[in-house]
Amino acid sequence: MTINPDLQGRSYPAAEVYDVGREKIREFARAVKATHPAHFDVDAAQGLGHPDLVAPPTFAIIIAQRADAQLIEDPEAGIDFSRVVHADQRFTHHRPIFAGDRLVAELHVDGVRAMGGGAMITTRSEIFVLTDGDGREPVSTTKSSILVRGEGQ
Amino acid sequence: MSPTFEELSVGQDIGSRSIEVTRQDLVKYAGASGDFNPIHWNEAFATGVELPGVIAHGMFTMGAAVQLVSDWAGDPAAVVDYQTRFTKPVLVTDTTGTGDAGAVIDVSGAVGALDAEARTARVDLTVVFDGQKVLVKAQALVRLA
Repeated sequence: MTINPDLQGRSYPAAEVYDVGREKIREFARAVKATHPAHFDVDAAQGLGHPDLVAPPTFAIIIAQRADAQLIEDPEAGIDFSRVVHADQRFTHHRPIFAGDRLVAELHVDGVRAMGGGAMITTRSEIFVLTDGDGREPVSTTKSSILVRGEGQ
Repeated sequence: MSPTFEELSVGQDIGSRSIEVTRQDLVKYAGASGDFNPIHWNEAFATGVELPGVIAHGMFTMGAAVQLVSDWAGDPAAVVDYQTRFTKPVLVTDTTGTGDAGAVIDVSGAVGALDAEARTARVDLTVVFDGQKVLVKAQALVRLA
């Protein structure tokens, strides 16, 4: 299977809304072995000046990987998920993610580079929180590179 | 107590911790994150795609390593930027039913740079499994009071 080089520059618009729940923040925090009370205890989070539970710094990966799935599952992309290895990751938080946020993500394919029999694909998700009315504000920018390993790699 | 910008210096140690990982932890992370790639929970599948065995999600390691920074900063929301490269897999042995760790990841951190104008500190994390760095250029930018 070969990676479609025309993917570069492609964008996928914001699709479904992700509702950030308190229990999801707690579940994700436990899964990364976080113990900070701001992830678990609303009073503790509010004591630090936050409106509700604070998501861990890598929580946005849930939303980013949902956005990435649009690309990985796109039959035109030619990506074999079982041969995908995560190469690098960055989160830039314009503001923290809190329980109660309603988030959407726009996916951008910033780079596609052939490597051996495989390819390195760089994607960027721009994550926004929906605000009252029809507005939205930037929350996080996530950047990922995935290596799709060729046969024998 | 949370650190303040003025009391920090480049090279300062922020501490260290060891993270024990089991196959069950990877199943939990898969469920919590939605990343169900079978290379993180099925031995036959992992070896079938030429991996040495079941490996931890890179995002598990990245997510667990930053807890040292969240706790040091006193507020996880202080981490305004966090990046890494994944260079080596963390191979997690099947220890189901024994209570033993399937892998141990050692994390330590130090202040790598300070920006007086932005009042931020860059924390450089060293994340080691089996004697090798598994994360490279693991850097968390922390906004301080």
